[in-house]
Amino acid sequence: MSISLTPDFEKKLDEAITHYPVSKRSAALPLLHLWQEQFGYISDEAIEFIAKKLEVQSIHILELVTFYPMFRREPIGKHHIKVCRTLSCALGGAHEAHACMKKLTGAQGDDHGPCTSPDGKYTVEYVECLASCGTAPVMMINEEFYENVNSEEKAKELLKKYQ
Amino acid sequence: MAVAERRILFKHIDEPGYTVDIDCYLKHGGYEDLKKAIKLEPQFIKDEVKKSQLRGRGGAGFSCGVKWGFIDAKKTTKPIYLICNADESEPGTFKDRQIIHKDPHQLIEGMIISCFANSVHLAYLYIRGEFPEGARILEKAIAEAKAKNFLGKNILGAGYDLEIYVHRGAGAYICGEETGLIESIEGKRPYPRIKPPYFPAVLGLYMCPTIVNNVETLCNVKHIVNMGGEAYARIGKPNNTGTRLIGVSGDVKKPGYYEFECGAITLGELIYDVCGGIRNDNKLKAVIPGGSSSKVMRADGRYKVKGANSEMTEIGLNDIPMDFDTFAAVGTMSGSGGVIVMDETRDMVDCIENLSEFYAHESCGQCTPCREGAQWMKKIIHRMNHGHARKEDTDLLKNVADNIAGRTICAFGEACSWPVQSFIAAFRNEFEAKAK
Repeated sequence: MSISLTPDFEKKLDEAITHYPVSKRSAALPLLHLWQEQFGYISDEAIEFIAKKLEVQSIHILELVTFYPMFRREPIGKHHIKVCRTLSCALGGAHEAHACMKKLTGAQGDDHGPCTSPDGKYTVEYVECLASCGTAPVMMINEEFYENVNSEEKAKELLKKYQ
Repeated sequence: MAVAERRILFKHIDEPGYTVDIDCYLKHGGYEDLKKAIKLEPQFIKDEVKKSQLRGRGGAGFSCGVKWGFIDAKKTTKPIYLICNADESEPGTFKDRQIIHKDPHQLIEGMIISCFANSVHLAYLYIRGEFPEGARILEKAIAEAKAKNFLGKNILGAGYDLEIYVHRGAGAYICGEETGLIESIEGKRPYPRIKPPYFPAVLGLYMCPTIVNNVETLCNVKHIVNMGGEAYARIGKPNNTGTRLIGVSGDVKKPGYYEFECGAITLGELIYDVCGGIRNDNKLKAVIPGGSSSKVMRADGRYKVKGANSEMTEIGLNDIPMDFDTFAAVGTMSGSGGVIVMDETRDMVDCIENLSEFYAHESCGQCTPCREGAQWMKKIIHRMNHGHARKEDTDLLKNVADNIAGRTICAFGEACSWPVQSFIAAFRNEFEAKAK
């Protein structure tokens, strides 16, 4: 395996493992999160590396990546726009917000999956309930959370921060 | 006249100048309850929680005192773990989010007291993956608490050690189910475990006795220590004690989060007085009272409840008091306190299509009735809602739902079928009209 990690990153991984004194395997999700934050997606190399690190079979890591919706096996756009689609947000205009974001970013593809703009800058995707139903419609852009995104002006304003 | 809120857990939420820093929390009397608790006998705290009649705030409303009573630190040779369930993902629910993001130390203090009461030395705070900021806030709060010796070794010189770690989920609703959550912390797919034998109190995390409590429940423990179990039990109604954090969303003028004494407010007061009534002055059509898994209620329905002298009376939706037992008596549940309001302009088949997509997406796939059934329900509702309804579809849909509930390892089977069953029961005409 020809993967080289910075000492800082390795330190972060090792620190996360210390949170689980009973079983290293418990650190699988934290390590996957750290990896995805660093590299954008979970590659085959990532799976092998983490499996080795936690002394489990690769399948024990792969089965997590294929189960948990937040992990992805392929890179996506530079900015990830996640629009909540569940009932309260739908009542508050989630579908309009999703369509608006697709239009403004030029993201293409079927609404049921991630839609990425041709320049690779944005990926717009529906997600399930983000637990802020009182301020619908809500969305996340990368790790930031935004509420009441109910007009094109507001959406445009948000996107200015993500160039 | 609107019923006044009684803010205990939400006391400082959105207060100008109130921050998540420990200094701010200490200035407002923070960690005083821990200082008091750590001088008490753990069993004494457990007894107070039992006296308080506190019921779990995650959805099932199970007695916290009874849950803690399953574990006897003196009898077990295994370590005992405590997990805070901060995987708030039930559609319609957004109460824990407020505490996590705006008053994290209240939760940490409640957790430390609960751990001390149950002789726990290692605890995890399981937060949903979509709260990255919340996770950072909590990690900072834990570090601050540790620096002040509220956590770590020999807490406040009392000879008690405790470590709390934040564990982030990764977008799976099923992790809110306590045994699925435990599997998730073990680094596995969150397939719920079958009970018996895998009751968390017996065979929980790493096959050791484990307590799993919701964020709101653990915060309440702090206030029970503060005021005493009996005083706490005087808030609200017998068997429905304390306050409830309620989130209102959907077609109301002022959606938001509120805190009321249990049973002190009716559904009508909540919708019309507190939340300003229905958006655009439309008419109310339906309410989902306790998160998307609770059964939907018709606005014009009549509901049988026990009167003051235990006689049965029939009341309208607006007169239903917001407490655990009344919602159970009228055939639904107060669940996670997430009230979703729908007005007369809403197509009920459209609404349930949305929820059926959610459940089809979130079924973990372990049990066949749920894995296949949730997909079938979604597909049938989808075709009904998009011009391809067949005459037999309403009955077929109900039949599928009836064959999931009660036939799965965990309560997700009920969670996905109750909405479908109740939408059909309450609005059958709208389903049948799709086939015309």
